[in-house]
Amino acid sequence: MLDIKDLTGGFDGNEIVKGVSLKVNPGEIHAIMGPNGSGKSTLSKILAGHPVYEATGGTVTYKGKNLLEMDPEARALEGVFLGFQYPVEIPGVNNAEFLRMSYNALLVNRGEEEIDPLDFDEILDQKMKTVDMDPKYKDRFLNDGFSGGEKKKNEILQMAVLEPTLAILDETDSGLDIDALKTVANGVNRLFNKDRALIVITHYQRLLDYIKPHFVHVFSDGKIVETGGKELALDLEKNGYDKYIASGN
Amino acid sequence: METKSSSRSDVSEVLSDKEEYKFGFVTDIEADVFPKGLNEDVIRALSAKKKEPKFMLDFRLKAYKKWLTMKEPDWQYCKYPKIDYQDISYYAAPKPKKKLESLDEVDPELLETFEKLGISLDEQKRISNVAVDAVFDSVSVATTHKKKLMEQGIIFCSFSEALLEYPELIEEYLGTVVPIGDNYFAALNSAVFTDGSFVYIPPDTISPMELSTYFRINTEETGQFERTLIICSENSHVSYLEGCTAPQFDTNQLHAAVVELITLENAEIKYSTVQNWYSGDRETGAGGVYNFVTKRGKCVGNGSKISWTQVEAGSAITWKYPSCILQGDNTVGEFYSVALTNGLMQADTGTKMIHLGNNTRSSIISKGISADQSNNSYRGLVKVGKNAKNARNYTQCDSMLVGDKCGANTFPYIETANSSVQLEHEASTSKISEEQLFYLEQRGISRENAITLVINGFCKEVFKQLPMEFSVEAQKLLTLKLENSVG
Ligand SMILES: Nc1ncnc2c1ncn2[C@@H]1O[C@H](COP(=O)(O)OP(=O)(O)OP(=O)(O)O)[C@@H](O)[C@H]1O
Ligand SMILES: [Mg+2]
Repeated sequence: MLDIKDLTGGFDGNEIVKGVSLKVNPGEIHAIMGPNGSGKSTLSKILAGHPVYEATGGTVTYKGKNLLEMDPEARALEGVFLGFQYPVEIPGVNNAEFLRMSYNALLVNRGEEEIDPLDFDEILDQKMKTVDMDPKYKDRFLNDGFSGGEKKKNEILQMAVLEPTLAILDETDSGLDIDALKTVANGVNRLFNKDRALIVITHYQRLLDYIKPHFVHVFSDGKIVETGGKELALDLEKNGYDKYIASGN
Repeated sequence: METKSSSRSDVSEVLSDKEEYKFGFVTDIEADVFPKGLNEDVIRALSAKKKEPKFMLDFRLKAYKKWLTMKEPDWQYCKYPKIDYQDISYYAAPKPKKKLESLDEVDPELLETFEKLGISLDEQKRISNVAVDAVFDSVSVATTHKKKLMEQGIIFCSFSEALLEYPELIEEYLGTVVPIGDNYFAALNSAVFTDGSFVYIPPDTISPMELSTYFRINTEETGQFERTLIICSENSHVSYLEGCTAPQFDTNQLHAAVVELITLENAEIKYSTVQNWYSGDRETGAGGVYNFVTKRGKCVGNGSKISWTQVEAGSAITWKYPSCILQGDNTVGEFYSVALTNGLMQADTGTKMIHLGNNTRSSIISKGISADQSNNSYRGLVKVGKNAKNARNYTQCDSMLVGDKCGANTFPYIETANSSVQLEHEASTSKISEEQLFYLEQRGISRENAITLVINGFCKEVFKQLPMEFSVEAQKLLTLKLENSVG
C-alpha cells in the first residue's frame, strides 16, 4: 500500500529526514518510536504534504501512485489521514459542519452524492459514541479552546468519520487520560481491518498494549535504525534509546 | 518559505484564475447628464430639475457656501491624487421615455441591468420579504412593494419623491443627524445630492419586510451623491439593507453619500451594507470608486437602538465611519464590520459611539482582512459625555493579514468626561495561517474551500448579524475577492 524508499527531506533546506525506507502492507500496524526531535513528525508531514516540508530525495508510492506529486487534499481524498500531534484551532468554524464538508469531499471524490445534513448528524452521533465524546462538541468551533486530550479525541473522531485507508497517528496518546486512552485505542482498533493500515508514532509502550503493532521501528536522527516486533517496544521502555543514538549526538 | 517540489502552488496561484469583478459591465442607455463643474447655478439647475421645494434649495446653497470654506480631510490613512471637483458631472439620470406610472414602464434596459446584478425589480419574482429601491446613477428608478408597505403607514420611496410628497418630514429631520457642515464630503453631498431612499416607520409598527436600496453607478464621469433618511417612530422596528456595484472604468468615480437614521423612543433600526463598488485594477490600481461616506444615527428616544453592520469589500478608497449618537437614556449603539482590502485598495473605516444619555451601551466588532498590497485601517472613537452616567463600551478589533505586503492599522480613540464609564477593548492581528489551511486540506477540503472556511470563521460574529440572504451573499463575495488575491 505504502512504499517509502530512501526518503530525505525537511524544511528550508534543513535535512531532518535522512533516508527512510518503509513498506506498509494492508492489514499491518507499524509503530514508530524515537527520541524527541528525531524527525518523526517531520516524516509524517512530508507524507501528508505539508507545504513547509519538502521531500528532497527518494520516492513514496501509495496505492501505486507517486504520493509526493499529489496535493494534500488529493492525498486525503485517497485515504491518507494524519492524526496531528498538535491539532490546530480554527475559531469560527463549526466542528460538525467542518466534518460534514470533509465527509462530503470524500463522497464526491468517489463519485457519490453529498449526504443530507440530517443523515450526517446521525452518523456523527454514532461515531461520537465510539470515542465517548459528548454531542456538545459538535457545535464547538474546531478545536477552539479544546483541552489537550479533547483535541486528540477530536482527531480520532475525524478518523472514525472519514474511515481512512492509511492512518498516521502522531502521538495521539499523549495528553489522553487512562480511560480516554482505552476508548481511543478501542476506537482505532474498530476502524482497523485487513484492507487498511496504521502507522502509530508514540513514546509509550502502554498504547501498544491496546493497539497491537506487527512491527516496531526505532527512529533516530532522521532514520529508522532498528525494526522488530512488539518486544522491541518493551525493551525500549526498559533501556531507553541510548544504544541507538549515534555517539557525539 | 519553500513550497513542495510537486505541482502544489501557493494560495494566490491556486486562486488567481478565478472570475474577476463580475459587475464591471456598463449599461448602454441614454442619459441626461449635466456638463461637468460645480457652482451655484448648477445647484439651482439641479434643484429646479427636480422641482424641489424652496427649503431644499436653501439647504443646498447653504451647504455649498459652507463647503467652499472647508478643506478636504487628510488625516485618513489613504493616499490618492487630488480630486478635481470641477471635472465631475453632478447629475446623470437615465432618460425616461415618458413619465412612469408603474414598474411596467421602466426602461427594460434598466430592469435587465438590475436583473443581471441579481436584483429583480419584478415584485412577483422577488422573494416576498424584501422591498427594493433601485438607484441608478443619480436617481431612483423603481421602488417595489410600496403599496403593501403603505397599508401599514410605512413610507418607502425615493428621496426625490419624498421631497414632493412629504416635505414636512424631510424639513423636520434632514440635517439633524449630519449637519450641513459636518465634514467636507457631507457638505458636498448636502449641496449636490440627487437622490436616495426615504423611509418613515409610524409608531408601533414592525416593518413586515426588509427594506433595501441597491445603488448602481453607471456613467463614467459622474459623482454619485445619494442621501438616505430613515425615521423610525416610537416602538417600531425596521431592518434596512444596502448594496452597491459599479462598472469597471479606468477613471475614478466619486461616491459621497450621507445616511441619517433617527430612532424615537424604544425604536430600533438595523442597517446593513454590503459594499462592492469596483475597486480598481488589482495590479495597477487604475480606476475604482472613491467612497467617502458619512453615515450616522441618532438614538433620540429613550431605550432605542441603532445597529450598523457593514461588509466593505470594494472601492479603491473607503472612508467611512457609521456612527451612533446615543442621546436618549438606555440607548444602544452597535457596529459590526468586515472590511476586506486587496490589490491596491485602501480602507480607513470604523465608527464613532457618542454616549450622551445615562446607561448607554455600545459595542464595536471590527474585522479587517488585508491582502496583496492593500492597506486596511480601523479608526474608532468612543466618546462619553460628562452627563452620561454608567456608559459602557465593548470594542473588539481583529485584523487578518494575507501575505506580507499588506498593512493593517488600528486607531482606537477614547474621550471620556465621566468616571462611571466601563470600557473594554480587545485587539488582535493574525496571519492567515498555513497550519490551519493544511489541517483542513488534510481532511480532503480543497484549498479554496479551506480559505473560505477560515475567513468566514474569522468574520462569523459579523456575518451572523446580517439577514440570511445577505449573509450568504457576503460570504460569497469575500470568497470571490480572496480567490483573486490570497497570497
Ligand atoms: N518548521 C520548523 N521550523 C524549525 N524547526 C523545525 C521545524 N519543523 C521541525 N523542526 C525541527 O526538526 C526537528 C525534528 O522535529 P520533529 O517534530 O519531526 O520531531 P519529532 O521526532 O516528532 O519529536 P517529538 O517526539 O518531540 O514530537 C526538531 O529539531 C525540530 O525542532
Ligand atoms: Mg513529533
